[in-house]
Amino acid sequence: MAAPTPTTAPDSGASSDATYRSARVPLLLPTWLVIGFFLILPVALMAVYSFLTKEMRGGVIWEFSLAAYDQFFINRGLFGDEPASLEWTYISVFGRSIAQAATATTLCLLIGFPTAWFIATRAPATRGVWLFLITVPYWVNLLIRTVSLRFLIRENGPLNDALLGSGLIAEPLALINTNFAVQLGLFYSYLPFMVLPIYAAVERYNFTLSEAAADLYASRWVTLRDIVLPIVKPGIIAGCLLVFIPSLGAFLAPNLLGGAKNFMIGSLIEEQFKRSLGNWPFGAAVSMILMSLVLVLLLLYARSMARAEAR
Amino acid sequence: MQTAIDIRTVTKTYGTFTALHGVSLSIMDNEFFTLLGPSGCGKTTLLRMIAGFEDVTKGDILLFGQNIAALDPNLRPVNTVFQQYALFPHMSVIDNVAFGLKMKGFDLPTRRKRAGEMLDMVHLSSFADRLPAQLSGGQQQRVALARALAPQPKVLLLDEPLSALDLKLRQAMRMELKQLQQDTGITFIFVTHDQEEALTMSNRIAVMSAGHVQQIGTPRDIYESPVNRFVADFIGETNLLEVEVASITGDLAQVILPGGHSITCSTATHDPGRHHLSIRPERLTLGPVGTGLEATVDQVIYLGTDLQVLVRLDGGTPLQIRIQNAARIEVPEPGTRIGLQLEEGAARLLAD
Ligand SMILES: Nc1ncnc2c1ncn2[C@@H]1O[C@H](COP(=O)(O)OP(=O)(O)OP(=O)(O)O)[C@@H](O)[C@H]1O
Ligand SMILES: [Mg+2]
Repeated sequence: MAAPTPTTAPDSGASSDATYRSARVPLLLPTWLVIGFFLILPVALMAVYSFLTKEMRGGVIWEFSLAAYDQFFINRGLFGDEPASLEWTYISVFGRSIAQAATATTLCLLIGFPTAWFIATRAPATRGVWLFLITVPYWVNLLIRTVSLRFLIRENGPLNDALLGSGLIAEPLALINTNFAVQLGLFYSYLPFMVLPIYAAVERYNFTLSEAAADLYASRWVTLRDIVLPIVKPGIIAGCLLVFIPSLGAFLAPNLLGGAKNFMIGSLIEEQFKRSLGNWPFGAAVSMILMSLVLVLLLLYARSMARAEAR
Repeated sequence: MQTAIDIRTVTKTYGTFTALHGVSLSIMDNEFFTLLGPSGCGKTTLLRMIAGFEDVTKGDILLFGQNIAALDPNLRPVNTVFQQYALFPHMSVIDNVAFGLKMKGFDLPTRRKRAGEMLDMVHLSSFADRLPAQLSGGQQQRVALARALAPQPKVLLLDEPLSALDLKLRQAMRMELKQLQQDTGITFIFVTHDQEEALTMSNRIAVMSAGHVQQIGTPRDIYESPVNRFVADFIGETNLLEVEVASITGDLAQVILPGGHSITCSTATHDPGRHHLSIRPERLTLGPVGTGLEATVDQVIYLGTDLQVLVRLDGGTPLQIRIQNAARIEVPEPGTRIGLQLEEGAARLLAD
């Protein structure tokens, strides 16, 4: 088993070190191009736009302005003549979105973990079938799936029909344009993003460790808490991030299932770039604020992880 | 002496495949007991049933008189040293060792103290705060041992715990394990497919093959008085010849070798007829022609400490002989005619 480890370090000191460095630039170029073109450039564009003046029918006037951020944070009354106070409208949209995204993440975790566990503990040959079934809905466009969800839960849709038929309810439930509908939409859209990373972690989990724990007098519950969860934690966290972040910015589910009063950040941003209502700088500013929020959350998380690691 | 584990006609089937056929074993308290057999014979299966990881299809397992066949593994006062150690990768060495104590409800100071003592015992005190991944294979093995011993189980199960170590370490660990077993007084049930390991460490050995226990006995019993071809052949080296039984009286049999010679030997059977005879190569001595069985030297193979001499009896039966490579040895040339003597206990008549 003791294969010699291939040496990656340059074998002849300084000269090859220089070669290595000069070779690095062309080798890294594709990476930098992709990152620059798809990440830095769009974000920089957003950042710049958020500080420009709006053009009435969409677009921007190239003139520096803080109006977008002012609109987000500061309330000067309907006619702009009252003393400035904190504007709650958009902050509450943020608050609601965070609550929705957190709920969706929790639901996805509660359902996704057992699902991932189930798949990962099947015989290797059948795991592929289960994973395949999980991904099948993704062959259909998200918009279409969200619209069909609308049909499923509408007043004379199959869900209400079934419930009425079974005698569980007397009146059809008004599910559309509720928080519940948005939740359902988010849960449905992002569940696989929870299942897949947890599956990958559980599949790598060495089940002998659970036997070892049982052997050392741990109950099933304690084994799950003290052995399994800490070991598959990276998968759980990846899944939570993959559900939480897109849920926070989602606009299809809130728009199509939630209606006006269940407005989320995604819808708010989307609206700013529609021709009729367009306020590009404001849309850009909301995006920037959302992104900063997510970054701060990620940094806090990374720091707490690093601290846990150090302990 | 008290019986620690009583295995009563235990059968294990997986679907249509039977891994164990009505195995019965009694393991004494304070015994170093080894399950020995080739790959796939059911050693791990039996051990896992004692630990509670596999259901017993049929039969009972008693631990100090209590039937544990239906008990969950976490309720059995039995601990396991796993083949691949199965250390908890996210816990430090000391936390690994203290895990069983924590589960049994000991308070933190007691846990610390006891786990510390265990690490002392396996000479790893200075590694207490490392993670398992930061240890060598041998060190991990010791942690696994300390972890399984810390809750002071009544019985310790060890599934080929040394197989992942290199030869030198394996030999050192044999002695340590044996010492540990004597010091702690815990019953050890040790699984291996290495006969040398089994012979050097065990009080008693159960030789298994294809889901059956072939023979149970002390290392000396197993080696010197094998009951059948499988045991004689699996433990050490031997010459197996088919012979005709002339007569059996008590524990002695009179048999006729292929060349027509007749010898007396111990026997594992009382049935007359044709049986196999096992002759240990190191219990044969070479002498001048005219003493003992007449034979011709075919080949001499140099083995370092020993010489292996391949001879042919008059009548054509080949035999191998082991002689020590001593300073004043006379190495016979191929073609030489010699006389062969069977020392006391060289031959044994087998049941099959
Ligand atoms: N879960 C299972 N399903 C089906 N057959 C099994 C299962 N576990 C073990 N077996 C079979 O039972 C037999 C005994 O297996 P076991 O693991 O006990 O062998 P072993 O003596 O420990 O061998 P080794 O020395 O290779 O570890 C083997 O033929 C094996 O294929
Ligand atoms: Mg095995």
